[in-house]
Amino acid sequence: MSLPEPAADAARLLGRRARIRPAEWLFWALAFAALFLLPERHLILNSIAVQALFALSYDLVLGFAGIVSLGHAAFFGVGAYAAGLMTKFVTGDPLLGLAAAGLAGGVVGFASSFLLLRGSDLTRLMVSLGVALILAEIANKAAWLTGGTDGFSGMAVGPVLGRYAFDIFGHVAFAYSLCVLFVLFVLARIVVHSPFGLSVTALHHNPLRARAVGVPVNRRLVAMYTFAAIYAGIAGGLLAQTTQFVSLDVLDFNRSADVLLMLVIGGTGYLYGGMIGAALFVLAQDQLASLTPQYWHFWIGLALVVLTLVGRERFAKRLGAFARLLPGAR
Amino acid sequence: MHRRTMLKGLGAVASLPLLGSAAHAEDTVKIGLILPMTGQSASTGKQIDAAVKLFMAQNGDSVAGKKVQVILKDDTGVADVTKRLAQELIVNDKVAVLAGFGLTPLALAVAPLATQAKVPEIVMAAATTIITQKSPYIVRTSCTLPQTTVPLADWAAKNGIKTVVTLVSDYGPGIDAAKAFKGRFTKAGGKITGELTAPLRNPEFAPFLQKVRDLKPDALFLFVPSGQGAALMKQVAERELTKAGIKVIATGDVTDDDQLPDMGDSVLGMVTTHFYSAAHPSPENKAFVAAFEKANPKMRPNFMAVGGYDGMHLIYEALKKTGGKTDGTALVDAMKGASWTSVRGPVKIDPATREIIQTVYVRKVEKVDGQLYNIEFDKIPDVVPPSPDGN
Repeated sequence: MSLPEPAADAARLLGRRARIRPAEWLFWALAFAALFLLPERHLILNSIAVQALFALSYDLVLGFAGIVSLGHAAFFGVGAYAAGLMTKFVTGDPLLGLAAAGLAGGVVGFASSFLLLRGSDLTRLMVSLGVALILAEIANKAAWLTGGTDGFSGMAVGPVLGRYAFDIFGHVAFAYSLCVLFVLFVLARIVVHSPFGLSVTALHHNPLRARAVGVPVNRRLVAMYTFAAIYAGIAGGLLAQTTQFVSLDVLDFNRSADVLLMLVIGGTGYLYGGMIGAALFVLAQDQLASLTPQYWHFWIGLALVVLTLVGRERFAKRLGAFARLLPGAR
Repeated sequence: MHRRTMLKGLGAVASLPLLGSAAHAEDTVKIGLILPMTGQSASTGKQIDAAVKLFMAQNGDSVAGKKVQVILKDDTGVADVTKRLAQELIVNDKVAVLAGFGLTPLALAVAPLATQAKVPEIVMAAATTIITQKSPYIVRTSCTLPQTTVPLADWAAKNGIKTVVTLVSDYGPGIDAAKAFKGRFTKAGGKITGELTAPLRNPEFAPFLQKVRDLKPDALFLFVPSGQGAALMKQVAERELTKAGIKVIATGDVTDDDQLPDMGDSVLGMVTTHFYSAAHPSPENKAFVAAFEKANPKMRPNFMAVGGYDGMHLIYEALKKTGGKTDGTALVDAMKGASWTSVRGPVKIDPATREIIQTVYVRKVEKVDGQLYNIEFDKIPDVVPPSPDGN
């Protein structure tokens, strides 16, 4: 059975968008090469992988669904505590812990998504911020469960797949986080290029038109938001498991703000932006903070001001060849 | 072409960190100093960092034939960052000692690591009781909150105060302080007529202080972390509690030397208890304050600085005792039982608990040469950190 001409055209176009580009192979080859080439840096690479997953999750919300949020740490934090509690009271198995983290993030994401359906960007900012603040306060008050401001300790995380125990050098931690990131990235890539993902992108660009062609706008937003919240929860779970400690700052406003900065640095809407942004942000922070522990905020701030004033697009144009090789780049 | 430039850039960024850890000499003892240098607790980091630098300037950077190198890291007061930095310092920089730790969760996050890697963790600031119980490698040179609170409860009971309302920040150390005060004060026959807790972050004290006015106790007991005292005392002054006949008493964290000069005359006469005042009248302390203020103009050393200064002293002494050996267990053993005359007075590391035994002073805010100081008028020597209920 052959498609009529315009539909076939569209299918070809979409197929082209979804094709895996050479730069993507390169990106992941580099990431996995770091496993073997930079063994001394696995601890920071692990925190980059965790932040990258968190930023990937936020990109799904901001870059694809077009929802501006200042409370994405809510799901990250809930996931972190869920993984912590799972480890302490049920089982030390890391993968089950991640499942619990994802589930917890997803449930909170699903419940709070309905608050974000109405209203403009500003309302969404405030509502998402509020949800995160409420959760942070709950975690603070429920000290019997979360340890409150003292933090949640006493997690004995078991070996990954029953074989690879976490070590002090962060080797297993990084390998584990990177694999989780990769698997979830592949899944996200499939989802955003699926009809579902395309309809979310469509309603981001023009909700009225999307509604007119029969896209159930609200249901799509709820689904995408929940999907992203599951990712954020898993990122939080990864952090909890690899540091074996959860403190209140997993729900902190700064965490939501940082992830926004990562996307500002890396760019939204093509899945890699958050991950590149996370890598640059964490490395820059680490380097500047060891050069000048008191004043590194100044340099980060300066870099961000320059980046936003000059415009990432202009930077991107310079690196145009690279950017065009990534999927979905316009 | 462009792609290659970008990759080169990325490569350069990634390889930068490698350069730092390349040089590692056998005759260097590295100390990883992890402090909140930015964020809410930045003042703690600044004080301790300044004190550590001063100690090194005064005592030289070599001890027992080894060169001492301090590596300062900013953890921004976030626990997972503290943990990662500590891990990197142990694994990559091969530090012999970890020190600093501005807040309780930051110290707790590193505790399992200290045990696992057998690296001493010198807590220079965080003051919740439980910390030293979490690893046999933790030694503390600041204080525990019950330790500085209990003498105040005794003083209040002895000075005609019958009823007290407690107002503390809602987190580990705050709860610790309120509990210790209550336990001791009620045992001495006093009565707690209200227990209030204010949020730790961005607190608004006015409604709590209004409540205190309504409850009309003989005295109000306060604890907030170092750095929040000025904001709290401003609101206490606005509510005119002292005019309503309510005495204000607190742990020394509130009339912190770092902020006291800017608090204004409303705090005059306020009674507090703590282990250190910049006005402590010993020759050691006079020399310390003079040197500190010379090296850091417009900054007065507070108890955080002293915690850092004594922490360095302890590390140096331990290295002398081990003859420069950096084995973690040997270092901690060398620290146990160490005693010296600190700028705060005589101190000793309790060999059983690895806590610091020290004199706690009762002080009153007074004006000296136009500046506000905590002037000591009574002292309780050799206070062993009591159990959290204060008895």
